[in-house]
Amino acid sequence: MIAAASPRSLPVRMADGLRDVLVLTRRNLVHIAREPMQLSDVTIQPVLFTLLFVYVFGSGIPVPGGTYAAFAIAGLLLLNLTTSSMGTAVGLTNDLSTGIIDRFRTLPMWSPAVLIGRSLTDLLAAALCTLIVAGSGLVVGWRPATGVTETLAGFGVALLFSYALSWLAGCVGLWARGVETAQSFGFLVLFPLSFISNALVPTRGMPEWLRTIADWNPVSAVTAACRTLWGNPNPSATSAAWSMQHPVWTAVAWSIAILAVCLPLASMLYRRRTTD
Amino acid sequence: MTEYMLEAAGITKRFGTTQALAGIDLAAPTGSILGVLGPNGAGKTTAVRILTTLTLPDSGQARVAGHDVVRQPAAVRRHIGVAAQAATLDETLTGRQNLRMVGELSRMRRQDARVRAEELLQTFELSDAAGRVLKTYSGGMKRRLDLAASMMARPRVLFLDEPTTGLDPTSRLRVWSVIRGLVEDGVTVLLTTQYLDEADRLADRIVVIDHGRVIAEGTSQELKRVTGGARLEATLMAPDPTALDALRPLVDGPFQVGEHGRRLRAPVRDTAGLLKRAVRALDEAGVDLEDVAVHQPTLDDVFLRLTGAATEPAAWPAGDRGSAEPALQEVTR
Repeated sequence: MIAAASPRSLPVRMADGLRDVLVLTRRNLVHIAREPMQLSDVTIQPVLFTLLFVYVFGSGIPVPGGTYAAFAIAGLLLLNLTTSSMGTAVGLTNDLSTGIIDRFRTLPMWSPAVLIGRSLTDLLAAALCTLIVAGSGLVVGWRPATGVTETLAGFGVALLFSYALSWLAGCVGLWARGVETAQSFGFLVLFPLSFISNALVPTRGMPEWLRTIADWNPVSAVTAACRTLWGNPNPSATSAAWSMQHPVWTAVAWSIAILAVCLPLASMLYRRRTTD
Repeated sequence: MTEYMLEAAGITKRFGTTQALAGIDLAAPTGSILGVLGPNGAGKTTAVRILTTLTLPDSGQARVAGHDVVRQPAAVRRHIGVAAQAATLDETLTGRQNLRMVGELSRMRRQDARVRAEELLQTFELSDAAGRVLKTYSGGMKRRLDLAASMMARPRVLFLDEPTTGLDPTSRLRVWSVIRGLVEDGVTVLLTTQYLDEADRLADRIVVIDHGRVIAEGTSQELKRVTGGARLEATLMAPDPTALDALRPLVDGPFQVGEHGRRLRAPVRDTAGLLKRAVRALDEAGVDLEDVAVHQPTLDDVFLRLTGAATEPAAWPAGDRGSAEPALQEVTR
């Protein structure tokens, strides 16, 4: 006897979908627990970067209105979050290269849960990264100069951007045929993106054209937003660019724009990749 | 009324220039085992992938558990279990974690998934390895875990793509008995295999596919009849054409001759007392005999015959016994 497809109400389906997301997020966390070195880019790297930049570069870079440490922590947070977002691409490419996706596709699960579970795992990793950057920052003398709400808002803006980037990286992972391609995108696109910005040096010394790029770079907007919300030195505030005058709005707008493009693009690429 | 839990009609699929499936029809009534037999590259896996919603057919229709695989894939997925040829589990999770995950993603309640996972781990003798990461499993253990995963949510239709490839004989027997048990409970099974004895022993009906087409279909008995029943095989000490004349009254079809005339083979109808009569006839003709036997047909014979590995007609190589010739040749009378 064959039962008719049971008509299920929307809330029930949403609960099922949410459960699939949690099951897959948990699976990814088990992977991390088994191979903790996967997390080195959000645990060891932030500490190293903080020490290297603050003590090596910081001694030679004058920052108007404060110390290099107070200036650099927002930028270091963005540098770490941007480069580690490639984890999403690598994770997805790995899953796609094994038979596990075929298994998922024969199960009655909500298929976007694969992508959402991956992005949530990376959001958790990004949150850990944020804690470690903040911790190292406190050690080298960084202090937020505003209230708790504004400080948290700064972290929120950074994490929102990181979440958006993980969907962008997800698109790259779904488009790339191998882990190597996904990784080279990290070096060729995300690395320059983090450096041609106000993250690690004040931009006023840059040539005009480079400075324009840096001013409109989303990484600069998020970094400037964090500095503003934390009350840290923000030399970009002197820039005439609208994005630097309204860094918080620009940062949020960039994040939403990236999500608006990459969410549907990722699900389209996922469908294309898993259809034959 | 016969209810088909699985029906496919005119399924075609092309990958680039390769016609993987050139229009195949399949049907399995509820609670039966359909064996799909074919050499590597025949299209077995493509057929399974289409029926399990993984691959879209170019044309044709298929219904599984009453739902169309193209238009209602989500409904199909609620009723199927799949053990694919390639391992499809998570190498970094333990056996137990894998089964629980599959259960939870199959909409089982968490507690049910836990209980069912332990049950299946026991059934497939994996309880001791349940807490180990899959990377440490042997090929046979992964295979068994894949089978267990396919049965987690108690599906109505089970697709097993070469389920016992890579298993030791004991595990094979165990898997067979598990499959039989499920069918007794009303589960419908589609099983692809390269092992003819597996299809022979398990399948209610067998479909033989080659080059993306169904080239034969029936019960194992029906298929065996295709080869014309039993065969008499004699091996001589030395090539001797008189042996053919001696045996001709006993056989029921053309001889196949091989090993430069030393091996003779012919279909026979009546096998009662045949061996004795064959030995006597050859003895009376003065033929030195090495071995003589009556072979009951196997699915191997059917398979070889159907897939074109059959023999080519040729004349008795009179006088030219030193010439190179194939192992077996058919002799026209």
